[in-house]
Amino acid sequence: MASYLLRRLVLTLPVLAGIVVITFLLTRLSGDPTDLMLPPNATDEAREAFRSVNGLDRPLWEQFVVFAGRALMGDFGASLRFQQPAMGLVVERLPATIELAFATMALALVVGIPAGVVSAYHRGSATDTSIRTVMLLGQAVPSFFLGVLGIIVFAVWLRWLPTGGRGSLAQLVLPATTLAFNLVALIARVTRSCMLDVLKQDYVRTARAKGVWEARVVWLHALRNAFIPVLTVIGLQFGLLLGGVVVTETIFSWPGVGRLAIQAIYARDFPVVQAVVFVFAVAFVLVNLVVDLLYAALDPRISYK
Amino acid sequence: MTPALDASVQVRSAPPVLSVRNLHAHLHLGDTVVRAVDGVSFDLPAGATLSIVGESGCGKSMTALAILGLLPQPAGRITEGEVWLDGVGDLARLDQRALRRVRGNAVSMVFQDPMTSLNPVFRVGWQIAEAIRMHETVSREEARRRAIELLELVGIPSPSVRCDAFPHQLSGGMRQRVMIAIALARRPKVMLADEPTTALDVTIQAQVLRLMKRLQQDSGAALLLITHDLGVVAQMAQRVCVMYAGVIVEESAVGDLFADPLHPYTRGLLASMPKPRHGAARQALISIPGTVPPLSRLPAGCRFAGRCAHVFSKCREAEPPLVPVAGDLGPGARKVRCWLHVGSEAA
Ligand SMILES: Nc1ncnc2c1ncn2[C@@H]1O[C@H](COP(=O)(O)OP(=O)(O)OP(=O)(O)O)[C@@H](O)[C@H]1O
Ligand SMILES: [Mg+2]
Repeated sequence: MASYLLRRLVLTLPVLAGIVVITFLLTRLSGDPTDLMLPPNATDEAREAFRSVNGLDRPLWEQFVVFAGRALMGDFGASLRFQQPAMGLVVERLPATIELAFATMALALVVGIPAGVVSAYHRGSATDTSIRTVMLLGQAVPSFFLGVLGIIVFAVWLRWLPTGGRGSLAQLVLPATTLAFNLVALIARVTRSCMLDVLKQDYVRTARAKGVWEARVVWLHALRNAFIPVLTVIGLQFGLLLGGVVVTETIFSWPGVGRLAIQAIYARDFPVVQAVVFVFAVAFVLVNLVVDLLYAALDPRISYK
Repeated sequence: MTPALDASVQVRSAPPVLSVRNLHAHLHLGDTVVRAVDGVSFDLPAGATLSIVGESGCGKSMTALAILGLLPQPAGRITEGEVWLDGVGDLARLDQRALRRVRGNAVSMVFQDPMTSLNPVFRVGWQIAEAIRMHETVSREEARRRAIELLELVGIPSPSVRCDAFPHQLSGGMRQRVMIAIALARRPKVMLADEPTTALDVTIQAQVLRLMKRLQQDSGAALLLITHDLGVVAQMAQRVCVMYAGVIVEESAVGDLFADPLHPYTRGLLASMPKPRHGAARQALISIPGTVPPLSRLPAGCRFAGRCAHVFSKCREAEPPLVPVAGDLGPGARKVRCWLHVGSEAA
């Protein structure tokens, strides 16, 4: 297990290198980064000074080596807007985003898995049809629309919940629900199809033949098997969650990394954008590593030697 | 028949522990109704082995599943008939809660494929212990201790180590032994075994059959052994029911069946059996021509008529009843479902 972990960590190095290349290219795509990073009305002298300070007058490969070396140390330069290290700004906002992501994932699992199980167990019934209809909607409606709708209904009309900000549980409800909606739909759909398959298996019949009561057959014997593929899908769709974070945090003024990213893009604060992209990419890689390890823990047939 | 003889027959066979009466189990698939079990009756005496034999698809598994109320859902249901279990009542009329208390307790079941019948994510010791803990309140340690004992009983080497193995770490034969341990966990009155050795290697088959026979004799459980292999019947059972297209076509003591098969289908089955003697030249296997009629569109008259060499007009008109052959009454009676034999009795 430890050696597998080590090997997996070593294998993430090329991925990490790829991430660095992409973040580097991000600012070079449109030619001269000076145009991106300085206001359009900057003087030619200012542009020259910026170029030499940031080494933009050097050959591209040399620029990359310098950038990569710093990036791997977490140094993406200073934010143009805040005049603080870009990575520091991201790390500051990371707890808020992690809080939102965990709340969302917990909510999505707590709702999505039972919905999928019930839907599969009562396949073809009215319950199944209604669950599937709601899930279809959940996958089709974009989260920004749900977010705005949620604010209008629960914050403006009913005044039950605040429109945004972070600190209280009440402030977490709307953003987490909005963000969880698509994920619930996805988890329920995958859980349903996995459960349909597992409920047909011989070992489920064996459990019943032993006198195991029905709820235990479904929620322990069957779900314990069906959850394994569901977990993989959750890992693969983690990117979906990160994308949603950017939109949702902005709508609800949630002081997290996603909102920082949008602000940085509008402000052409490229060092911050690069730091966010890098952090999100690393998070995606780490989450998938954790999912792989969980997979091995849940499925005894997989041995990571 | 003298009264004395009649009495001796009564003494020889114990009262039935399981008595199936006119059982109908149908599968409703859209507009079609598959009459998988279509009026099956038999008695299983306490401590005895009764075998159900027949070709693939004749309803053997559905009979066993119907007894335990485990027909595939939502398609399957018992439409008619009774399943009397000694000391419990008619299983066909119990609700799921009451049936749960019977399953794995008074009546247990061993399935055909040990590779898929154990849950892959739980340790085998845990799966055996669960069978105990579903029916009595014991500590986890006590349940585990008994699981290890059961593993030892079914002949698994180093049981206290294998107890913590996952199913995929065991061979097919070992897994079937684990299934047998699960079935024995609560010392059931009746064990249903649905082709318990079909999925195993030939050498392992013999071992597992011997084990089942020994355990059945030691525990005193009655065994309903489903198979399509007459060799298994000869080795294991005292009585045998030959099943064809959802009904029993012949029932008799095993010796009588081999010595003098009455139903043309039984004769066909016996003729298609490979001869165990290696002295004689290997005969080409004779197989019964034709195929089983689909259980959703059964013919009027005898179900075997389409494949029978002795068919005559009456066979196509009405289905023959399963009746005792001439002069033979009582619980040891031979029964056959064939107009040839009904005629001879009436004569
Ligand atoms: N889940 C199911 N859905 C639809 N039809 C089924 C199902 N299971 C069994 N059947 C049908 O019911 C009939 C009886 O099946 P059953 O499994 O009892 O046969 P069997 O005698 O056990 O055969 P085998 O030797 O192949 O196990 C068959 O004709 C089969 O096609
Ligand atoms: Mg079968």
